Amino acid sequence: MGQLSGPTNPTADAHWADPQPRKGFFTDTSICIGCKACEVACKEWNHNPRDGDLQLLGSSYDNTGSLGASTWRHVAFIEQGHDRIEQARESGRALVGLGMPGVRTSASAPISGAAASSDVLPTTALSSRPTIPGPLDTTPPDTAEFRWLMSSDVCKHCTHAGCLDVCPTGALFRTEFGTVVIQADVCNGCGTCVAGCPFGVVERRDDGTYATNGRPGAHPDVPNTRIAQKCTLCYDRIVEGQTPACAQTCPTTSIKYGDHDDLVVQAKQRVHELHEQGMTEARLYGANERDGVGGIGSVFLLLDEPEVYGLPPDPRVPTADLPRMYSRAGLAAVGMIAAAALSFLTGRRTGRGR
Amino acid sequence: MSTSEFDSVRPPSPPGGRRGGRRRRGGAGGNVGADGSREMPMVPDVEFTSYYGRPVVKPAPWGEEIAAYLFLGGVAGGSGLLAAGAQFTRRPRLRRNSRLAAIAAIGLGGVALVHDLGRPERFLNMLRTIKPTSPMSVGSWILSAFSAGAGVTAAIEFDRMTGERLPLGPLRRLLPVVDGAAGMWTALFAPPLAAYTAVLLADTATPTWNAAREELPFIFVSSAALASSGLAMVTTPVAETGPARHLAVIGAAVEFAATKVMHRRMDPVVAETLHHGKAGTMLKWSEVLTVAGGVGALLSGRHRLIAVASGVTLLAASALTRFGVFEAGIHSAKDPKYTIEPQKRRLAARRAAGITDDSITTVG
Repeated sequence: MGQLSGPTNPTADAHWADPQPRKGFFTDTSICIGCKACEVACKEWNHNPRDGDLQLLGSSYDNTGSLGASTWRHVAFIEQGHDRIEQARESGRALVGLGMPGVRTSASAPISGAAASSDVLPTTALSSRPTIPGPLDTTPPDTAEFRWLMSSDVCKHCTHAGCLDVCPTGALFRTEFGTVVIQADVCNGCGTCVAGCPFGVVERRDDGTYATNGRPGAHPDVPNTRIAQKCTLCYDRIVEGQTPACAQTCPTTSIKYGDHDDLVVQAKQRVHELHEQGMTEARLYGANERDGVGGIGSVFLLLDEPEVYGLPPDPRVPTADLPRMYSRAGLAAVGMIAAAALSFLTGRRTGRGR
Repeated sequence: MSTSEFDSVRPPSPPGGRRGGRRRRGGAGGNVGADGSREMPMVPDVEFTSYYGRPVVKPAPWGEEIAAYLFLGGVAGGSGLLAAGAQFTRRPRLRRNSRLAAIAAIGLGGVALVHDLGRPERFLNMLRTIKPTSPMSVGSWILSAFSAGAGVTAAIEFDRMTGERLPLGPLRRLLPVVDGAAGMWTALFAPPLAAYTAVLLADTATPTWNAAREELPFIFVSSAALASSGLAMVTTPVAETGPARHLAVIGAAVEFAATKVMHRRMDPVVAETLHHGKAGTMLKWSEVLTVAGGVGALLSGRHRLIAVASGVTLLAASALTRFGVFEAGIHSAKDPKYTIEPQKRRLAARRAAGITDDSITTVG
């Protein structure tokens, strides 16, 4: 058992004899086009069955809904107007002002310049970027009037994974790549991991879950029913040196796969780049190893607050507080013994049998 | 975020929509969570947005069997403790009845647990490993150890009741020793059995359960104490239930106090789940019945009828507490409000206090 919170190397914590570099995703939502090829590739490779009854959910172009037992990649669609874009830009800029590590030194000067220019020219904020060098402007035409946010969500493969910590059978384990995988032949479907995940990723594939309850017309020949399911970061592919199906298929390289540490560096460079272009709404999600889950394996670049994408704004792995919970429970148990002892001592007068 | 200027050009929404609490694919038609205009009337002082009102965390896929187990495990644990006390203070009927209650409750509870598993045939996988980070694993071992002790003590009582008919042969001479040891063993694992379920619920991302983590163990052991005492008051003549009545009064008082502390200390938005809806009704009645049963136990003395009525009241109070807490947690996971609002608040509070290095959202 390694530590329960804070920065650490999860692969080393799991005592692998020959730990590999930690693998992960960097999902850059600023270049996601919402094609859902990742969803399809994931389903095909992992033999995941149909999820639901092919209903139209009416939420923009998202008819998948959310991550679940049979959906390990989920593309979110959010439509936003001018005001909301400005809000996102402000909240991203506020993150810089907080003095977070890493950004102020290199990016603060260009940001203020770009912010000023976007105030002056609201409709052409992005096309008039005086700070970008280079002879040819290849950025696609943009508008400040509306935008679509598209983001391919996936299991976060947390440094401190709530699902893994609370699994009673050992069905969930930490791979040599630092990812978190469920062994389908060990899981007995207790469902604790479903509640243990602070991101709502894991789900039990059955009729007992709230999302699939009473769903008519179940898909025939569904494999691995009634056990917990989630993204494996294509464990079966990465052990062979292959790229996970979603990253392999992504046509815009919005989903990048590689060594986690490299991806974090790449992500930080990308967010600097976007801030320099005046897109102060850009921010990273999960690149901070001091956050509540010790950093995540699947880092995201978002263009608005996390909750806009259905991500928790301040997740904390429940197990971080487990020692405290055990001590409270121990205190309660001792109290129960004391109360019983007191009761039998004071209750002595009322009479005896035999 | 599901609001935009373009909502106005969408078809009108069906009436009755409210922010949050809607289920993905929960309705009959294909328009579920469709329309952002339902998100528009927001409480002004709370910055709350969500992805089409969909939940952030997933509720545990647990049925009412788990709530029933919370109750039955508590009854079993409390009864194991009462039986040991009765054993040492020579109250044979209280001892016998409490031992039989313990094995019956833990037997039923175990069946409920296995029934709720996705793969019941793999229930022995629970004992595949000992994992301190998993309250479910720790609890499985506590449950197994308690059940073994409760099984032996119940078998001994069965032997006594049937006039020593069990074919023990020469081993019968060991029986007094085994009787004492098994009673002690059961009592040793009884309080952990009553308390671990609180950790099991609290160690999740389910907002209400996690927010209750400081007080829930005290509420659960008190609930176990008053329920098992209530059962003893029902099954056993008043001459031997003096300690049970005292334990019931202590349990009722502590549960009442711990619940009050929990309500006050919890995030006000999350605490809503304990007051509203089905869970709110159950918890309100639980409080009323806890007080009534506690007062009844205090006053019943040698009146068998009052004792029985108080005992039944206490059992009902405990069951309502467990089902209420269970239901409140499941409800809190289904509404993104209970996940997002407290998290935003605590993040803002940390930032206001100057702690800016532990946010999951960064710009560099």
